[in-house]
Amino acid sequence: MNVINWISLYAIPVVFLIILSMGAYKEVKVFDIFIEGAKEGIETVLKILPSLVGLLVAISVFRASGVLDLLIFAVKPLTDIFGIPSETLPLVFLRPISGSASLALVTDIIKRYGADSFVGRVVSTMMGSTETIFYTLTVYFGAVGIKKIRFTLLAALIADLVSVIASVWICTVLFGR
Amino acid sequence: MLNYIWLFMLVSGFVVGIMNGRVKEVTQAALDSAGTAVELAIGLLGIMCLWTGLMNIAEKSGLIRHITKLARPIMQRLFPEIPRGHPAIGAIVMNLAANFLGLGNAATPLGIKAMSELQKLNRNKDTATSSMSMFLVLNTAAIQLVPTTVIAVRSLAGSKNPVEIIGTIWIASCSAAISGIIAVKLFSGLYGKR
Repeated sequence: MNVINWISLYAIPVVFLIILSMGAYKEVKVFDIFIEGAKEGIETVLKILPSLVGLLVAISVFRASGVLDLLIFAVKPLTDIFGIPSETLPLVFLRPISGSASLALVTDIIKRYGADSFVGRVVSTMMGSTETIFYTLTVYFGAVGIKKIRFTLLAALIADLVSVIASVWICTVLFGR
Repeated sequence: MLNYIWLFMLVSGFVVGIMNGRVKEVTQAALDSAGTAVELAIGLLGIMCLWTGLMNIAEKSGLIRHITKLARPIMQRLFPEIPRGHPAIGAIVMNLAANFLGLGNAATPLGIKAMSELQKLNRNKDTATSSMSMFLVLNTAAIQLVPTTVIAVRSLAGSKNPVEIIGTIWIASCSAAISGIIAVKLFSGLYGKR
Protein backbone atom coordinates (compact mmCIF):
# COMPACT_ATOMS: atom_id res chain seq x y z
CA MET A 1 0.00 0.00 0.00
CA ASN A 2 2.93 2.32 0.75
CA VAL A 3 4.43 1.81 -2.67
CA ILE A 4 1.06 2.55 -4.22
CA ASN A 5 0.68 5.83 -2.35
CA TRP A 6 4.22 6.75 -3.23
CA ILE A 7 3.61 6.24 -6.94
CA SER A 8 0.44 8.31 -7.06
CA LEU A 9 2.09 11.06 -5.04
CA TYR A 10 5.28 11.37 -7.07
CA ALA A 11 4.17 10.44 -10.60
CA ILE A 12 3.21 13.94 -11.77
CA PRO A 13 6.17 15.85 -10.27
CA VAL A 14 8.55 13.27 -11.72
CA VAL A 15 6.98 13.57 -15.19
CA PHE A 16 7.31 17.36 -14.97
CA LEU A 17 10.97 17.11 -13.93
CA ILE A 18 11.85 14.64 -16.67
CA ILE A 19 10.23 16.70 -19.42
CA LEU A 20 11.61 20.03 -18.18
CA SER A 21 15.15 18.79 -17.64
CA MET A 22 15.16 17.17 -21.07
CA GLY A 23 14.00 20.52 -22.48
CA ALA A 24 16.73 22.36 -20.61
CA TYR A 25 19.36 19.83 -21.69
CA LYS A 26 18.43 20.27 -25.36
CA GLU A 27 18.32 24.05 -24.89
CA VAL A 28 14.67 24.33 -25.89
CA LYS A 29 13.03 27.70 -25.10
CA VAL A 30 10.81 25.93 -22.61
CA PHE A 31 8.35 28.68 -21.74
CA ASP A 32 7.78 29.79 -25.35
CA ILE A 33 7.30 26.22 -26.45
CA PHE A 34 4.97 25.59 -23.53
CA ILE A 35 2.77 28.57 -24.49
CA GLU A 36 2.70 27.45 -28.10
CA GLY A 37 1.46 24.02 -27.02
CA ALA A 38 -1.01 25.36 -24.47
CA LYS A 39 -2.76 27.36 -27.21
CA GLU A 40 -3.57 24.09 -28.93
CA GLY A 41 -5.29 22.98 -25.74
CA ILE A 42 -7.83 25.80 -25.92
CA GLU A 43 -8.75 25.02 -29.50
CA THR A 44 -9.23 21.36 -28.67
CA VAL A 45 -11.52 22.01 -25.73
CA LEU A 46 -13.67 24.32 -27.85
CA LYS A 47 -13.88 21.61 -30.48
CA ILE A 48 -15.07 19.07 -27.91
CA LEU A 49 -17.72 21.29 -26.31
CA PRO A 50 -20.57 20.73 -28.82
CA SER A 51 -20.27 16.95 -28.66
CA LEU A 52 -20.02 17.12 -24.87
CA VAL A 53 -23.29 19.06 -24.66
CA GLY A 54 -25.01 16.61 -27.00
CA LEU A 55 -23.76 13.58 -25.08
CA LEU A 56 -24.51 14.82 -21.58
CA VAL A 57 -28.04 15.96 -22.48
CA ALA A 58 -28.84 12.57 -24.04
CA ILE A 59 -27.41 10.67 -21.07
CA SER A 60 -29.26 12.69 -18.45
CA VAL A 61 -32.60 12.50 -20.29
CA PHE A 62 -32.07 8.77 -20.64
CA ARG A 63 -31.33 8.36 -16.94
CA ALA A 64 -34.04 10.65 -15.60
CA SER A 65 -36.75 8.96 -17.67
CA GLY A 66 -36.42 5.46 -16.22
CA VAL A 67 -35.60 3.72 -19.53
CA LEU A 68 -32.76 2.00 -17.67
CA ASP A 69 -35.21 0.10 -15.44
CA LEU A 70 -37.11 -1.10 -18.51
CA LEU A 71 -33.88 -2.29 -20.14
CA ILE A 72 -32.82 -4.15 -17.03
CA PHE A 73 -36.20 -5.86 -16.87
CA ALA A 74 -35.85 -6.87 -20.53
CA VAL A 75 -32.35 -8.38 -20.34
CA LYS A 76 -32.61 -10.05 -16.94
CA PRO A 77 -33.49 -13.52 -18.32
CA LEU A 78 -30.41 -13.34 -20.57
CA THR A 79 -27.98 -12.16 -17.89
CA ASP A 80 -29.25 -14.85 -15.51
CA ILE A 81 -27.79 -17.41 -17.93
CA PHE A 82 -24.32 -15.91 -17.45
CA GLY A 83 -24.84 -15.81 -13.68
CA ILE A 84 -24.56 -12.03 -13.55
CA PRO A 85 -26.16 -10.99 -10.23
CA SER A 86 -29.24 -8.84 -10.91
CA GLU A 87 -28.12 -6.32 -8.27
CA THR A 88 -25.22 -5.38 -10.54
CA LEU A 89 -27.30 -4.88 -13.71
CA PRO A 90 -27.90 -1.13 -13.26
CA LEU A 91 -24.12 -0.69 -13.16
CA VAL A 92 -23.60 -2.85 -16.24
CA PHE A 93 -25.77 -0.43 -18.22
CA LEU A 94 -24.66 2.79 -16.59
CA ARG A 95 -20.90 2.17 -16.66
CA PRO A 96 -20.39 2.76 -20.40
CA ILE A 97 -22.46 5.95 -20.46
CA SER A 98 -21.63 7.88 -17.30
CA GLY A 99 -18.58 7.75 -15.05
CA SER A 100 -19.83 9.96 -12.23
CA ALA A 101 -23.26 8.33 -12.13
CA SER A 102 -21.79 4.84 -12.01
CA LEU A 103 -19.42 5.82 -9.21
CA ALA A 104 -22.41 7.06 -7.22
CA LEU A 105 -24.21 3.81 -8.00
CA VAL A 106 -21.24 1.68 -6.90
CA THR A 107 -21.03 3.61 -3.63
CA ASP A 108 -24.74 3.01 -3.10
CA ILE A 109 -24.61 -0.72 -3.94
CA ILE A 110 -21.58 -1.24 -1.69
CA LYS A 111 -23.30 0.57 1.16
CA ARG A 112 -26.40 -1.57 0.77
CA TYR A 113 -24.79 -5.01 0.35
CA GLY A 114 -21.44 -4.47 2.06
CA ALA A 115 -18.03 -4.00 0.45
CA ASP A 116 -16.98 -7.56 1.25
CA SER A 117 -20.13 -9.23 -0.07
CA PHE A 118 -20.12 -11.02 -3.41
CA VAL A 119 -22.14 -8.23 -5.04
CA GLY A 120 -19.86 -5.61 -3.48
CA ARG A 121 -16.76 -7.27 -4.88
CA VAL A 122 -18.28 -7.75 -8.32
CA VAL A 123 -19.36 -4.11 -8.66
CA SER A 124 -15.92 -2.96 -7.44
CA THR A 125 -14.28 -5.10 -10.10
CA MET A 126 -16.66 -3.93 -12.83
CA MET A 127 -16.17 -0.29 -11.88
CA GLY A 128 -12.38 -0.58 -12.00
CA SER A 129 -12.05 -2.64 -15.13
CA THR A 130 -13.82 -0.50 -17.74
CA GLU A 131 -13.95 3.11 -18.76
CA THR A 132 -16.86 5.34 -19.69
CA ILE A 133 -16.96 4.28 -23.34
CA PHE A 134 -19.35 6.92 -24.64
CA TYR A 135 -17.52 9.76 -22.97
CA THR A 136 -14.13 8.58 -24.26
CA LEU A 137 -15.48 8.09 -27.78
CA THR A 138 -17.26 11.44 -27.85
CA VAL A 139 -14.32 13.41 -26.54
CA TYR A 140 -11.62 11.74 -28.62
CA PHE A 141 -13.50 11.56 -31.90
CA GLY A 142 -15.10 14.96 -31.32
CA ALA A 143 -11.68 16.55 -30.81
CA VAL A 144 -10.50 15.61 -34.31
CA GLY A 145 -13.84 15.80 -36.12
CA ILE A 146 -14.39 12.13 -36.92
CA LYS A 147 -18.01 11.43 -37.80
CA LYS A 148 -17.95 7.86 -39.06
CA ILE A 149 -16.56 5.76 -36.25
CA ARG A 150 -17.01 2.44 -38.09
CA PHE A 151 -16.64 -0.55 -35.74
CA THR A 152 -15.06 1.29 -32.79
CA LEU A 153 -18.16 1.30 -30.57
CA LEU A 154 -18.92 -2.32 -31.32
CA ALA A 155 -15.39 -3.42 -30.41
CA ALA A 156 -15.46 -1.31 -27.24
CA LEU A 157 -18.80 -2.80 -26.20
CA ILE A 158 -17.48 -6.32 -26.81
CA ALA A 159 -14.53 -5.54 -24.54
CA ASP A 160 -16.96 -4.11 -21.99
CA LEU A 161 -19.15 -7.21 -22.07
CA VAL A 162 -16.10 -9.43 -21.64
CA SER A 163 -15.02 -7.43 -18.60
CA VAL A 164 -18.50 -7.78 -17.08
CA ILE A 165 -18.49 -11.54 -17.50
CA ALA A 166 -14.85 -11.78 -16.40
CA SER A 167 -15.63 -9.72 -13.26
CA VAL A 168 -18.38 -12.11 -12.19
CA TRP A 169 -16.27 -15.14 -13.04
CA ILE A 170 -13.05 -14.10 -11.31
CA CYS A 171 -14.88 -13.00 -8.16
CA THR A 172 -16.69 -16.33 -8.03
CA VAL A 173 -13.41 -18.23 -8.47
CA LEU A 174 -11.35 -16.19 -6.01
CA PHE A 175 -13.82 -15.29 -3.30
CA GLY A 176 -16.71 -17.72 -3.82
CA ARG A 177 -20.33 -16.66 -4.11
CA MET B 1 -23.58 4.51 -35.13
CA LEU B 2 -23.30 7.34 -32.57
CA ASN B 3 -26.13 9.05 -34.48
CA TYR B 4 -28.52 6.17 -33.86
CA ILE B 5 -27.55 5.79 -30.21
CA TRP B 6 -27.95 9.48 -29.56
CA LEU B 7 -31.34 9.43 -31.25
CA PHE B 8 -32.40 6.34 -29.31
CA MET B 9 -31.33 7.75 -25.93
CA LEU B 10 -33.14 11.04 -26.43
CA VAL B 11 -36.33 9.73 -28.06
CA SER B 12 -36.74 6.77 -25.71
CA GLY B 13 -35.88 9.05 -22.79
CA PHE B 14 -38.57 11.59 -23.63
CA VAL B 15 -41.20 8.98 -24.57
CA VAL B 16 -40.66 6.84 -21.46
CA GLY B 17 -40.39 9.98 -19.35
CA ILE B 18 -43.82 11.12 -20.58
CA MET B 19 -45.31 7.68 -19.95
CA ASN B 20 -43.78 7.51 -16.47
CA GLY B 21 -45.08 10.95 -15.61
CA ARG B 22 -41.53 12.24 -15.22
CA VAL B 23 -41.87 15.00 -17.81
CA LYS B 24 -40.68 17.68 -15.43
CA GLU B 25 -37.62 15.75 -14.27
CA VAL B 26 -36.65 14.81 -17.81
CA THR B 27 -36.94 18.39 -19.05
CA GLN B 28 -34.96 19.67 -16.10
CA ALA B 29 -32.27 17.03 -16.66
CA ALA B 30 -31.90 18.05 -20.30
CA LEU B 31 -31.48 21.73 -19.51
CA ASP B 32 -29.20 21.21 -16.50
CA SER B 33 -26.83 18.89 -18.25
CA ALA B 34 -26.24 21.37 -21.09
CA GLY B 35 -24.83 23.63 -18.39
CA THR B 36 -22.87 20.77 -16.84
CA ALA B 37 -21.18 20.14 -20.19
CA VAL B 38 -19.88 23.71 -20.25
CA GLU B 39 -18.65 23.43 -16.66
CA LEU B 40 -16.89 20.21 -17.59
CA ALA B 41 -15.25 21.81 -20.61
CA ILE B 42 -14.10 24.81 -18.57
CA GLY B 43 -12.71 22.47 -15.93
CA LEU B 44 -10.86 20.65 -18.67
CA LEU B 45 -9.52 23.84 -20.23
CA GLY B 46 -6.74 24.57 -17.75
CA ILE B 47 -5.51 20.99 -17.42
CA MET B 48 -5.67 20.58 -21.16
CA CYS B 49 -3.47 23.65 -21.75
CA LEU B 50 -1.03 22.53 -19.07
CA TRP B 51 -0.50 19.10 -20.60
CA THR B 52 -0.48 20.11 -24.26
CA GLY B 53 2.07 22.77 -23.32
CA LEU B 54 4.23 20.31 -21.44
CA MET B 55 3.90 17.75 -24.21
CA ASN B 56 5.09 20.34 -26.69
CA ILE B 57 8.32 20.66 -24.66
CA ALA B 58 8.62 16.87 -24.53
CA GLU B 59 8.22 16.73 -28.28
CA LYS B 60 10.58 19.57 -29.21
CA SER B 61 13.28 18.26 -26.87
CA GLY B 62 13.18 14.84 -28.50
CA LEU B 63 11.87 13.01 -25.43
CA ILE B 64 8.86 11.68 -27.32
CA ARG B 65 11.17 10.36 -30.02
CA HIS B 66 13.06 8.30 -27.42
CA ILE B 67 9.84 6.89 -25.97
CA THR B 68 8.63 6.08 -29.46
CA LYS B 69 11.77 4.07 -30.12
CA LEU B 70 11.49 2.15 -26.85
CA ALA B 71 7.87 1.18 -27.41
CA ARG B 72 8.24 0.27 -31.07
CA PRO B 73 8.18 -3.54 -30.77
CA ILE B 74 4.72 -3.68 -29.16
CA MET B 75 3.28 -0.65 -30.90
CA GLN B 76 4.17 -1.93 -34.34
CA ARG B 77 2.00 -4.99 -33.77
CA LEU B 78 -0.94 -3.06 -32.36
CA PHE B 79 -0.74 -0.18 -34.82
CA PRO B 80 0.81 -1.50 -38.04
CA GLU B 81 -0.57 1.48 -40.03
CA ILE B 82 1.55 4.05 -38.19
CA PRO B 83 4.86 4.67 -39.97
CA ARG B 84 8.14 4.21 -38.08
CA GLY B 85 9.14 7.03 -35.77
CA HIS B 86 5.86 8.91 -36.18
CA PRO B 87 5.01 11.12 -33.14
CA ALA B 88 1.59 9.41 -32.85
CA ILE B 89 3.32 6.44 -31.20
CA GLY B 90 4.88 8.66 -28.54
CA ALA B 91 1.56 10.30 -27.74
CA ILE B 92 -0.22 6.94 -27.54
CA VAL B 93 2.42 5.55 -25.18
CA MET B 94 2.26 8.63 -22.96
CA ASN B 95 -1.54 8.36 -22.79
CA LEU B 96 -1.51 4.65 -21.97
CA ALA B 97 1.16 5.26 -19.32
CA ALA B 98 -0.92 8.04 -17.75
CA ASN B 99 -3.95 5.75 -17.68
CA PHE B 100 -1.88 2.96 -16.19
CA LEU B 101 -0.66 5.19 -13.39
CA GLY B 102 -4.19 6.49 -12.82
CA LEU B 103 -3.42 10.06 -13.85
CA GLY B 104 -6.85 10.65 -15.37
CA ASN B 105 -6.32 14.40 -15.66
CA ALA B 106 -3.22 13.91 -17.73
CA ALA B 107 -4.56 11.00 -19.73
CA THR B 108 -7.34 12.88 -21.54
CA PRO B 109 -5.17 15.70 -22.98
CA LEU B 110 -2.49 13.18 -23.97
CA GLY B 111 -5.13 10.98 -25.60
CA ILE B 112 -6.52 13.89 -27.59
CA LYS B 113 -2.96 14.71 -28.66
CA ALA B 114 -2.59 11.11 -29.83
CA MET B 115 -5.86 11.33 -31.75
CA SER B 116 -4.79 14.49 -33.59
CA GLU B 117 -1.48 12.82 -34.52
CA LEU B 118 -3.47 9.84 -35.84
CA GLN B 119 -5.75 12.22 -37.72
CA LYS B 120 -2.70 13.58 -39.58
CA LEU B 121 -2.17 10.09 -40.99
CA ASN B 122 -5.83 9.77 -41.94
CA ARG B 123 -6.65 10.17 -45.62
CA ASN B 124 -10.41 10.34 -45.08
CA LYS B 125 -10.80 13.01 -42.41
CA ASP B 126 -14.35 12.22 -41.28
CA THR B 127 -13.88 8.45 -40.93
CA ALA B 128 -12.06 6.64 -38.14
CA THR B 129 -8.96 4.62 -39.04
CA SER B 130 -8.22 1.19 -37.60
CA SER B 131 -5.43 2.71 -35.51
CA MET B 132 -7.91 5.13 -33.96
CA SER B 133 -10.29 2.31 -33.11
CA MET B 134 -7.46 0.31 -31.59
CA PHE B 135 -6.35 3.27 -29.52
CA LEU B 136 -9.86 3.97 -28.24
CA VAL B 137 -10.56 0.35 -27.38
CA LEU B 138 -7.29 0.15 -25.43
CA ASN B 139 -8.37 3.28 -23.61
CA THR B 140 -11.81 1.99 -22.69
CA ALA B 141 -10.34 -1.22 -21.29
CA ALA B 142 -8.70 1.02 -18.66
CA ILE B 143 -5.80 -1.05 -17.40
CA GLN B 144 -4.78 0.70 -14.22
CA LEU B 145 -2.00 -0.18 -11.80
CA VAL B 146 -3.95 0.97 -8.75
CA PRO B 147 -7.70 1.55 -9.06
CA THR B 148 -7.62 4.27 -6.41
CA THR B 149 -11.23 5.46 -6.65
CA VAL B 150 -12.73 2.02 -6.11
CA ILE B 151 -10.34 1.34 -3.22
CA ALA B 152 -11.35 4.63 -1.61
CA VAL B 153 -15.06 3.81 -1.93
CA ARG B 154 -14.50 0.37 -0.43
CA SER B 155 -12.50 1.57 2.55
CA LEU B 156 -15.06 4.30 3.23
CA ALA B 157 -17.73 1.58 3.30
CA GLY B 158 -15.75 -0.26 5.98
CA SER B 159 -14.24 -3.07 3.91
CA LYS B 160 -11.89 -5.38 5.82
CA ASN B 161 -9.60 -5.53 2.84
CA PRO B 162 -10.32 -2.69 0.41
CA VAL B 163 -7.42 -3.60 -1.91
CA GLU B 164 -8.40 -7.22 -2.44
CA ILE B 165 -10.10 -6.28 -5.72
CA ILE B 166 -6.87 -5.06 -7.36
CA GLY B 167 -6.16 -8.55 -8.68
CA THR B 168 -9.68 -9.14 -9.94
CA ILE B 169 -9.71 -5.75 -11.64
CA TRP B 170 -6.42 -6.52 -13.39
CA ILE B 171 -7.76 -9.81 -14.68
CA ALA B 172 -11.07 -8.31 -15.84
CA SER B 173 -9.23 -5.35 -17.45
CA CYS B 174 -6.76 -7.57 -19.26
CA SER B 175 -9.53 -9.81 -20.58
CA ALA B 176 -11.31 -6.69 -21.81
CA ALA B 177 -8.16 -5.35 -23.46
CA ILE B 178 -7.31 -8.66 -25.13
CA SER B 179 -10.83 -9.20 -26.45
CA GLY B 180 -10.92 -5.57 -27.58
CA ILE B 181 -7.65 -5.98 -29.50
CA ILE B 182 -8.92 -9.16 -31.13
CA ALA B 183 -12.23 -7.47 -32.00
CA VAL B 184 -10.49 -4.49 -33.62
CA LYS B 185 -8.11 -6.70 -35.61
CA LEU B 186 -11.00 -8.87 -36.75
CA PHE B 187 -13.29 -6.00 -37.71
CA SER B 188 -10.58 -4.03 -39.48
CA GLY B 189 -10.04 -7.11 -41.61
CA LEU B 190 -13.75 -7.36 -42.31
CA TYR B 191 -14.26 -3.67 -42.98
CA GLY B 192 -11.16 -3.49 -45.15
CA LYS B 193 -7.89 -1.90 -44.08
CA ARG B 194 -7.71 1.84 -44.36
